[in-house]
Amino acid sequence: MSSPIVELKGVGKSFRGADGSERAVLEGVDFSLNEGEIVALLGQSGSGKSTMLRIMAGLVPADRGEVLYRGLPLYGPADGVSMVFQSFALFPWLTVRKNVELGLEAKGMPEAERADRAEAAIDLIGLSGFEGALPRELSGGMRQRVGIARALVMEPEVLLMDEAFSALDVLTGERLREDIMELWESRRLSTKAMLVVSHNIEEAVMMADRVLIFASDPGRIGDELPVPLSRPRDVESSQVRGLVDNVYGMMTGGSARHGRITEKEIKLRMGDRLPAAESARMEAVIELVADEPFAGRADLPMLAEESGINDKELLDVTSALTLLGFAQLDGGDIILTALGQDYARADQSRRKAMFGHQLLENVPLVAYIRHGLDQDPSGDLPDQMFLKLLTYTLNESDAEEALRVAIDWGRYGDLFAYNYNTGVIHMPDADEVATEL
Amino acid sequence: MAQKRYFFPRVILESAGNRWDWVLLPLVLAILVMLAYSAEQMARPYQLGETLPISLDPVNLPYYMMRTTLRMFIALACSVLFSCVFAVLATRYKLAERVLVPLLDILQSIPILGFLSITVTAFIALFPGNLLGVECAAIFAIFTSQAWNMAFSAYQGFRTVPPELSEAASVFRLSAWQRFWRVELPFSMPGLLWNMMMSMSGGWFFVVASEAISVANQNIKLPGIGSYISLAIEQRDLSAIGWAIAAMFIGVLLYDQLFFRPLLAWADKFRFEETGSETAQQSWLLDFLQRTDRMRQTAEAIAHVFEKSIGAFRLRFDGTSVRARPHAKSALPQRAWDAALAALVFYAVWTLIRFIHSEVGWSEVGHVFVVGCYTMIRVIVLIFLAALIWIPVGVWIGMNPRLTDRAQAIIQFLAAFPANLMFPVAVLALVHFKLNPNIWLSPLMILGTQWYLLFNVIAGASTVPTELRYAAQNMGLTGSLKWRRYLLPAIFPSFVTGAITASGGSWNASIVAEYVTWGDTTLKAQGIGSYIAEMTAIGDFPRIALGIAVMCMFVMGLNHFVWRRLYRMTEDRLHF
Repeated sequence: MSSPIVELKGVGKSFRGADGSERAVLEGVDFSLNEGEIVALLGQSGSGKSTMLRIMAGLVPADRGEVLYRGLPLYGPADGVSMVFQSFALFPWLTVRKNVELGLEAKGMPEAERADRAEAAIDLIGLSGFEGALPRELSGGMRQRVGIARALVMEPEVLLMDEAFSALDVLTGERLREDIMELWESRRLSTKAMLVVSHNIEEAVMMADRVLIFASDPGRIGDELPVPLSRPRDVESSQVRGLVDNVYGMMTGGSARHGRITEKEIKLRMGDRLPAAESARMEAVIELVADEPFAGRADLPMLAEESGINDKELLDVTSALTLLGFAQLDGGDIILTALGQDYARADQSRRKAMFGHQLLENVPLVAYIRHGLDQDPSGDLPDQMFLKLLTYTLNESDAEEALRVAIDWGRYGDLFAYNYNTGVIHMPDADEVATEL
Repeated sequence: MAQKRYFFPRVILESAGNRWDWVLLPLVLAILVMLAYSAEQMARPYQLGETLPISLDPVNLPYYMMRTTLRMFIALACSVLFSCVFAVLATRYKLAERVLVPLLDILQSIPILGFLSITVTAFIALFPGNLLGVECAAIFAIFTSQAWNMAFSAYQGFRTVPPELSEAASVFRLSAWQRFWRVELPFSMPGLLWNMMMSMSGGWFFVVASEAISVANQNIKLPGIGSYISLAIEQRDLSAIGWAIAAMFIGVLLYDQLFFRPLLAWADKFRFEETGSETAQQSWLLDFLQRTDRMRQTAEAIAHVFEKSIGAFRLRFDGTSVRARPHAKSALPQRAWDAALAALVFYAVWTLIRFIHSEVGWSEVGHVFVVGCYTMIRVIVLIFLAALIWIPVGVWIGMNPRLTDRAQAIIQFLAAFPANLMFPVAVLALVHFKLNPNIWLSPLMILGTQWYLLFNVIAGASTVPTELRYAAQNMGLTGSLKWRRYLLPAIFPSFVTGAITASGGSWNASIVAEYVTWGDTTLKAQGIGSYIAEMTAIGDFPRIALGIAVMCMFVMGLNHFVWRRLYRMTEDRLHF
């Protein structure tokens, strides 16, 4: 753990909102990636961890602060930095070998040398025999192996991994991760440091020497957790489980708007991002927690395993449930509130009424939409109107996401109906309106 | 070059090597000799006023066919080059994009024949005393029928390169040149090829017009199948027309088999969808070439040189270099550019108004708009009728997997076949039965373009998910309910795509189809197409320009207000 390879000093990144004002995606990030370490970035979606990775890759320029690579200012992709992509980003028209050789070819390396190095990388990552195959002939796991070989063949000092395993099924992802860790441990790589963006907490703990937890709005490094465990690490060991629990706690502790959820001391505002949790999944999680073996209180890592949904989705659901007052968080545990218990026992129409009621109370965007409908004589309003409003505070994709979530929730809670074809939000049909309220 | 893997036992491959070589040798030599001869003939001395001998003897047809094909391929090569340059400029430079894209949109709405009458004089002046000028004019006319949609598809491809691929290209530090060859062009390849095929079909349609050029009251007929047909029409030689049809049939078959099939089969690897459900294109010629040792060696040698060039034009600095430092963007060039454009537009509008006022008069403009409406009604009614016929047929074929592949090959062929060869037959029929040309000439407009409709409907129907079919069967959907709730929505997006192509083609065809001659019999339907054709025959340039401009406005209007909206709507809602 010695000299820094990549350093970020007070780095910030903004985008321009629809009203012309600047919104920060990333603010005041100080970070250095040192020789010999693996750092994992965790955080809710939209917390800017991907942006930070891309700034380090030289793909996105920072608006404020300094980015240094080996002490030199970084203006674009550097020679010693390579990247593995979530969606593999293989060139489908190039064979495995050509894909691996691409970076070397771009450098103008002579053919013979290129072929040798590609061959070595292909062997290293366990792809031999597939050199002539096109990516589309390969399974997801094999494709990502190509992606990794393509990055390693450049003999990078820094390897950036952007959710490299999240597009793979759990088993394949774990295999690949173990293979990489084995290579890292055996010191056969020229790579001196890795930065891993992930939404899988266990993966982060298993791989990293340090875990950084990002906070959102604006994105910044919230917490840092050293992982002082020796390798190879055992998933089942109590130290790993303890750390995983810890991270769950750190990611869910604190206020709702800052990546933490327990108490609602800060009310959600209308133009805030909403956790991307589907209403049906929220319902399923409430039922799961209410039932045995959890009986109202569930350890999040255990719940993740039991429900089979990934960490990102689970965190979204828990933060949505806390937001609506159906659950509370305590350390790494989720606890159903009295309301949540009621909900689990209620029948379908009562559930909808409760859901709708909680929405009006706690989610300003939904309440605002409903209020607008109540005021409007025709009882229908275009979704574009709300989308425009949201783009004052959110970027386009976040705004769309927030509106999508609000519409899903509002539909589920029978507060309004939505016609996808016309893009009009309107009052629910008379015979469907919940009367219990 | 990375080639597809064929799992043939090595033994067969090796023993076959030499034999394939010997088969190929005379073929290659013959093609080279023929090409050289045709090319030489293109540049022979020529004085304006000299008549080029064209004979209706069918013996000459192969030679004419060769000349025409050569023209078509030169034009196609130019179109490919143009498309690449266009796409690169429009995607790299924001300033260029703002002018080039609308410009192309206008250019592609201009009827092809319009270009010919305007440009031919310039080309002849460019090569005085040589046939090359006239050849160039003809090639340029064919080029204008091919280039626009290809350029658009290339631009579209370049623009829609998936962000992760372009990020990967940046991380691995590909230079602009490397990006072009390794990322952008391959990604755009399927679309570009498909449009090349469509363009080629479109080109055949206009070959007749582009080879028989009338300029300054001279009637030049370049040796080629187009001139042959045009002469046959003048001399009312029905048997010559029959020969021409036969020659065209063979020609289209040949270029399909010898050029496009191999190209499509080869380009299969550029498909971006990672899970390929549709069956890969097959080509016997490509298989044959890939199995021929000498061909393979040649291909590898070319690929080697190509890869050398990829290594040569590389980025020579990385992100830590000062040279990568971003330059502060200045608003000045942008503003200057905008100002220049605005000034140009004002000047153009002013000239236009003056021109109309002094040369043609406003009443004429009104008249052209009225006849434009007639043509528009024709186009819309015809598309509707064609839909009534081809949607059921297309759905039936598309739902029968065994029929689909075969039918698509046939339809591609029919689409490539120039429909105007059938026009003389139509004239004879109309004259014989004394039918009203205003109504009965109309179907000719869609004769050649209806196939795109059918083709797309079949493609749409064949991609309906199997589960959906089962579900529809299971629920016992029948009759109008089945069509309204299941089949029509399922094929609608592909229908719209087909209808856009068919409508564009029909406008273009109206110039030929609304004004048909057979010897000294001329049949005319009231419409903007016949207006342009008539003015071209007289040589009234201001009115040709007016007709072209108005047709251009109609086509653009329809595109913007009808087709694009429909297309966007279907993109958004009706897909699987």
